[in-house]
Amino acid sequence: MKKLTVLLVAAGFAGILLGELSVDEIVERANQASYYAGDDGSADVTMTITDKGGSTRSREFTVLRMNTGAGTQKFYVYFNKPADLYKQVFLVWKEVAEGRDDSRWMWLPALNLKRSIAPGDKRTSFVGSDFVYEDVSGRNLREDIHELVETTADQYVVKNTPVKPEAVEFAHYTIWIDKATMLPRRAEYYDKTGKLSRTVEATKVETIQGFPTVVESVAKDLNSGSTTVNTYAAIKYNIGLNERIFTERFLRRPPREAIR
Amino acid sequence: MRDRSMRGLRLARALALALVAAGSVAYALELPWGEELHGFVEGRGGVRTRNDPGESERSLTELRAQLDSLNHFELFQLQFRGDLVYDELAHDIGKVDLERGQGFFDLRELNVVFFPVDWADVKVGRQILTWGTGDLLFINDLFPKDWNSFLLGREEQYLKAPSDAILASFFPSFVNIDLVYVPRFDADRYIDGERVSFYDMNGRYVGDDSVMRAGRRDDWFKDDEIAARLYRRFSEYETALYLYHGFWKSPVGYDVSDNRPYFPELNVVGASVKGAAAGGIVNFETGYYDSAEDRGGRDPYIPNSELRLLTGYQRELAQELTAGVQYYVEWMMDYNDYTATLPPDSAARDELRHVVTLRLTQMLMSQNLILDLFTFFSPSDRDAYIRPGATYKISDNWSTNLNGNFFFGERDYTFFGRLRRNNSVNFSVRYNF
Repeated sequence: MKKLTVLLVAAGFAGILLGELSVDEIVERANQASYYAGDDGSADVTMTITDKGGSTRSREFTVLRMNTGAGTQKFYVYFNKPADLYKQVFLVWKEVAEGRDDSRWMWLPALNLKRSIAPGDKRTSFVGSDFVYEDVSGRNLREDIHELVETTADQYVVKNTPVKPEAVEFAHYTIWIDKATMLPRRAEYYDKTGKLSRTVEATKVETIQGFPTVVESVAKDLNSGSTTVNTYAAIKYNIGLNERIFTERFLRRPPREAIR
Repeated sequence: MRDRSMRGLRLARALALALVAAGSVAYALELPWGEELHGFVEGRGGVRTRNDPGESERSLTELRAQLDSLNHFELFQLQFRGDLVYDELAHDIGKVDLERGQGFFDLRELNVVFFPVDWADVKVGRQILTWGTGDLLFINDLFPKDWNSFLLGREEQYLKAPSDAILASFFPSFVNIDLVYVPRFDADRYIDGERVSFYDMNGRYVGDDSVMRAGRRDDWFKDDEIAARLYRRFSEYETALYLYHGFWKSPVGYDVSDNRPYFPELNVVGASVKGAAAGGIVNFETGYYDSAEDRGGRDPYIPNSELRLLTGYQRELAQELTAGVQYYVEWMMDYNDYTATLPPDSAARDELRHVVTLRLTQMLMSQNLILDLFTFFSPSDRDAYIRPGATYKISDNWSTNLNGNFFFGERDYTFFGRLRRNNSVNFSVRYNF
């Protein structure tokens, strides 16, 4: 296994030296840059959902994230707003192995209840926004066939076609990845009639503790006319989270790291 | 009649005023030490859809303001949550009974959590306690329930009544342990006829004009309760063992000398497992109810021991549509002794009581409209309780809820059949802040 890693890393470097990355390397690095920066991290997220008519709803939550090995991660999402979600916690143990579903729970403080959420469609809206669950926790790379359709001076353009088209609402999507940071900057989702139906864009990127980081992103549902803007504040990496935070004990009493 | 409509008008006016006042508070309130104060103001009104001569024709007419504050300090957390209630149908709104949740103030939580060592937390004070794997079915969760609130159709959080307890939690590496000590028995806010009517075991109707009064168990440190849970995860499965030493939570015994119902002693030992399977979540739970005052099952005035089993499965059927089914059974021990000693004019219950539940939850309109249906159905008792609900979140602050409670039964003495007269619908408007 170690040898294989060394080999892969060496091959990666060779690729950089030659100025060429394979499409699998590109999507793997983009995935790492988007979802796995550092060993752990935290951020305060403000989500503003604006519907076609212009009325807005907002959500505010703190996310704690920890890489727990071989692609698995744990997320602790502590809600401050809206008021009816105050103190609720969304806890996720993300799985990447074939055939394993993420474990997800909602902590309902008024009932002192940790409610399991049945494994679900990952294309479902995240807390009523235009982001879907997979935008937040990452889509498994194995779920799509990736094609490098274009390499510009500073971006890779990758077309992704689902292995199981019946399981998702899109026919394919295209992502634009910055060569310098390996962060995806734009994604366009096309529906089964070939029409552009949804876009997700990283509108602001900053380097924090050496990690290129999206600090504002926008998702648009072109069918409903609804737009969601996410802004990220108080972003920190390598804060030394303890894995036990992601257990029932710390649902009952939110950890210091989750409270502003 | 005139008096009643005047009172209704006054309430409507108070409600409108309070909601307008609430609406003008655009942001969360802040406490002097910087923590936020949250909560809601809610008006809820409901009517009975079936004539019940022993109860008011209205099921709910109330205005409620909940204040909620979680305060973090270096060494502890302080939690407060309480409801100020104006309840038109209350007998004596001025008389606050924090145990039974009556009067103008209901203290839901007032507790301190502190962390004496790295591997233990202690929570002291009034708190909501919950454990077990059932959905609205409880075997090992012997913490108090407010059945009146639930059956009248208040929000589901009100099914859990508060406990005054010490919860000590220990987290050694191999298992998690919760120990609960309740120095003075916390009974269910049980059905006594005042707001929810019922037929008792002799087929007698109990309503607001003939409220059932049970003997109280309120001796400190004598009428106490102990509950424990040991839990840990094995691969994808959450497993738990439970112990309870205390009393039946509703007054299911009858004290012949005192001539009134009371809470007999009860011990429970149980276990549960829950985890992912078959594309959903599966749970199994069991508990043995040792009715300590009638182990032989020959005392007709005290319930026999029982074995209770529960299994459930929930999964997503389609995007935003989730279904959960459960099967639950109560198996009475020493059934022959029970039938042999039953007074001649009493209706005998079955040795096995089976219950099937179904929950369907559909979210629509960007998760702002939530439709929920919960159904209890007992094929052995041939009775049912159907509880549909719809919640619409008008904005981040405003929401409204419509709820119905419908009981069916062929016979007067079965679990849901005896509640047959309590069908109701109610509607609420809430401002969250």
